Formats: sequence, structure tokens, C-alpha cells
Amino acid sequence: MSQDYTGPTMVPTPAAVAPGPRARLIAVMGRRPGGVNPGLLAALVVLFIGLSIFSPYFFAPTNLLNIGRAMAIVGIASVGETIVIISGGFDLSVGSVMAASGMISAYLVGAGMPLPVAFSTSILVGIGVGLLNGAIVGYARINPLIATLATLSIVRGLSYVLSGGQEIVVDNETWVNFGTDTFLSIPYIVIVLLATFLVAGLAMPRTLFGRYAYAIGSSARAARLAGVAVNRWRLAFYVVCGGLAALAGLVAVARIGYAQPSAGAGIELDVITAVILGGTSLSGGRGTILGTLIGLALIGVINNGLTLVGVPAYWQLVVKGSILLAAVLYDELRRSRHDET
Amino acid sequence: MTALLTIEEVSKSFGPVVALRDVTMSIDEAEAVGLIGDNGAGKSTLVKILSGVYAPSSGRLRLDGRTVEFHSPLDARRSGIEMIYQDLALCNDLDVSANIFLGRERRHRYGFLSLLDRVGMATETARILDELGIAIAPDREVGSLSGGERQMIAVARALQFQPRLLLMDEPTAALSAEKIRVLLGLVDGLKSRGVSVLLISHRFTDILHVCDRIVVVRQGAVVGEIQPHAQPPEHTMALMHGLMTGDRPTSA
Repeated sequence: MSQDYTGPTMVPTPAAVAPGPRARLIAVMGRRPGGVNPGLLAALVVLFIGLSIFSPYFFAPTNLLNIGRAMAIVGIASVGETIVIISGGFDLSVGSVMAASGMISAYLVGAGMPLPVAFSTSILVGIGVGLLNGAIVGYARINPLIATLATLSIVRGLSYVLSGGQEIVVDNETWVNFGTDTFLSIPYIVIVLLATFLVAGLAMPRTLFGRYAYAIGSSARAARLAGVAVNRWRLAFYVVCGGLAALAGLVAVARIGYAQPSAGAGIELDVITAVILGGTSLSGGRGTILGTLIGLALIGVINNGLTLVGVPAYWQLVVKGSILLAAVLYDELRRSRHDET
Repeated sequence: MTALLTIEEVSKSFGPVVALRDVTMSIDEAEAVGLIGDNGAGKSTLVKILSGVYAPSSGRLRLDGRTVEFHSPLDARRSGIEMIYQDLALCNDLDVSANIFLGRERRHRYGFLSLLDRVGMATETARILDELGIAIAPDREVGSLSGGERQMIAVARALQFQPRLLLMDEPTAALSAEKIRVLLGLVDGLKSRGVSVLLISHRFTDILHVCDRIVVVRQGAVVGEIQPHAQPPEHTMALMHGLMTGDRPTSA
């Protein structure tokens, strides 16, 4: 029986593959599963050109920086959301964490605390909510949608409790000026946005943190069997998401000059749209930070463009929802095609 | 040949349900043994005892003649028993190299920063696959590979733990066409490296030619043993379904 065997063997053969220059390049450059969707990039380019023709105001540096400023809050939160969704999770509580973060810092600053103390407290609260989310999802095995829906409500409620539902005006100039000041004519908050993307984009393919986000999102069971402390890593992913949502909340206060308990309500729609539009798979294991940046830019350009061409704000919600639906349908289509091969 | 692993009068009960009754069998060094039986015959329970998931209710396991007790799958791994699950337990979205090194990634340290040594792992993966004669590039996404290729990756991965016994649960489940050939190549390669293999299946035709011996279990007990190249398949079928009593194995 084994004499006429012609299939693959485990005996060394000269045909075996050595790591060619391409494999080396990929190893260095860090190609990640579910790379940037060329269709998405094309859509962005087409929109750019179209809007530049339609509106004389669109392709001006001030307008482009305005888009960046408008998307900073959603963008910072979407980086954390990307990591959580890649790891097979989900976080609906980001908007509530933003509000809580802003309210806590505004309250502490109003009570005479120095800015670093107030900000650190806010970030720690964000990390705390992340720990809670991660623990409920990981150790208690509750579906992340339900778990973070619950913390969304709890944290939002506590934000209202903190001030009896009132907004808190911030009179700290450093904080408020941060929302409008620029460095080399680039707004500080756009710099924070880009720095967040840069750090996460470099870290995901190069660190154990990123590797395990992909591995756990791909197959939590395989990761666990390989000895990966899956639940502890889940805590880490939700903690980063919570911490970044808290940072986004501080940026949100800087932009408008006061903290509201209702801040960031419904923002999870924009955050998740940017992530899914950017090619991150809802089922986990696939996605990139760069993809989310492009998804974010697309939403920003659409919002801005709709305003420039005079579409009423209410219609923008309809358009955004439709885009999210299209992105999810595309993801589903791609996945079912992937499964067939 | 000397016995690598001996299973002596192992029984396992779950409350009033007896899953295994006085199972006695052995696996020699560099031997491929098949374990077949219908669903519910006790195969999975036995495999879970061997891989450290369950502790036997009574009886013992001997490795190289010494009694061993596994309290966790990690204990079994440390003793040189590696398990390949039916679904292969691979991360389909990761590449071959990431799967081979999953859980024990190599890293470079730069002060407080610790970065993955991706080039090092890809190079080492290429070397491992080359040594095994597996012609798959380290940067291929595992989900894009065929069932047979994925099984090779699972085996290559398991071999990194230097196992002495490889348990393969339903190894033909991941394979479509050419399945016996692929499996035969893999098992022959493992045997030539001195690794013993226990193949668990409910379809004896799939593993018939791959195994040196096939142990038949039915209703939690060993009901017979088959030399695949000596006996006609009808005998096995009869053993499985209890139409014949079959001989108890003499290896105990």
C-alpha cells in the first residue's frame, strides 16, 4: 500500500519552500489578515474628486483640517474599538465612557484639582470600565453586546448623577485652548488623533498584544489550547478601548468648552461604522488600524460633503446608517465567499 | 518493540453512567494504533483521559513502565502526549508561522519594548516545514490552505513540543479527496521520527491502511483488536456492532 504512495510526505524534499525575499518583506512590513480594501480607498478618492468639483470650499486646507477636527473624537475611540472587534469582542459603552470621562475631569478641575490629576482620574475610570467589560465578557462569558449595553447604561446614568444632570462649564484655559490651538497650523486634537492611530497601527502587527488580538478573534479555543491566557488578554483589549474612549471624552470637552452628561450619546454608531467600513470583520480575527483610518476619513468626508452640498443634518443619519448596513453586508458576503474556498 | 504507553484496567464513570469499563491496551514506540468504535463507544472519554482532561475513576496509565497521573492537559503535554483535535484548533486568519509559534512567540526586547521577532519566526517556520517536507510558504494564511495542508500544519505545530505520542481525533474529518494518502504520508513520517500515533475514528475504512493495529471499543469496553493487513474488514464491522464477541487483546 505504501509503495505506490505519491501524495505529500514528511520526508525532506528539494521542493520545500525557503523564505524568499517576498516572505521576508512581508514579515518585515507586517501584512495582516484582512488588509485595506481597495474598493474603500477608491470610494474615498472618488468622493474627494467629486466634492472638489461640486464645492469650491471642500478641497481647502481649512476644510480638510475641519474634517480632521470633527472626526478626532470618533477616531480616537474607533482605534480602541478596532482592537476589541479584531479580538472577537464588541464595545457599545464608548460613548458613555466619553461622557463620564469629561464630566469627572470637569468636576475635579472645577473643584480646584490640577489638570494632570483630573485627566489621570478620567483615564483610570475609562480603564476601570474596560476592566469591567472585559471581565463580564471573558470570565462571566456574557455576550459582549449585552455586557457593554449594560455598562453603557450604567456609566451614562452615573454621569448624570455626578452633576444632577447639569453640564459643567470648564474655565481652565489650558484645557479649552487645547481644543482650538494648533501646532504648525495643525490642530492639537488632530495631532492626538494621528498619534493614536500611528501607535496602534505600528503596535498591532508587531507586539504580542496585537498578535493575540488577532489569534483570539480568529479562534479563542485554539489560542487557549496553545496556552494563551485568553481572558487576561481580553481584559487588556477592553482596557485599551476604555482608556481611549476616556481620552476621546477629554478631547470632546476641549472642543466645546464644557462637559455634558449626554456627550457622546449615539457616537458608538459612528465609531463602529468607521471600524466595519475599514474592513474589520465583525466575527473577529481580521482588520487593520489603517483600514479604520480610511473608514473614518470616508465618514468624515461624507458628513462634510453632505453639509457642503446642503443636505439637511437629519438625512445625514439616514446616509450613515445606510453606509453601515452596506459595509456589514459586504463583510458578510466576503466571509461566506471565504468559507467556500 | 517496547511499550511506550500502557493503559491498565482504566474505568471512568460519570455519576451512574459508565463510560469506560476496565480498558486495557498499549501503544508501542513508533507504532500507529487505531481506536475505532461507534459514537458513544467511549473513544472520546479514553482520549480525554490520555490528554489529561479527565482523570480515570480507576486503573492507571504507565509511560515507559512508570505510573503517571495527569491533572491537566499541560501535564500530558509535559509527559510528551500531544493532542490534535478534530477541528485542528488552528487560527485560520493567521499565517502559518503565527500558528506554528502561537503561545510561545519569539520576541526582541528593546528596553521596556518587546516586539515580535517576525523574521526569525518566519525563517524558523520555513526550516521546520522544509525538514518535514511540507511545501507551504510560512506567510500563507492558514484559512486559505486545503484540509490536508492544514492538518500538516497542525502536525508540524504539535511536533514543536517534541511529543512521543500524538493523539489524532477523527483525523480524516479535515480531509476530502486523497485523504488516506495524506494521512498515510503524515503517519509514516511521524513513525520514522520515532513518534507513536493514536488515531481515533468512527470510520474504520478511513484509517484501515494507516494503522499497524486497530483496537475496537464498544459500549465502553475493548472488544477486540485487528491486524489490518491480516483480517478482512467484515470481521471489524462485526466487532464494532457486537455481532461477534471478538478476542480480548493479549497485550496486557
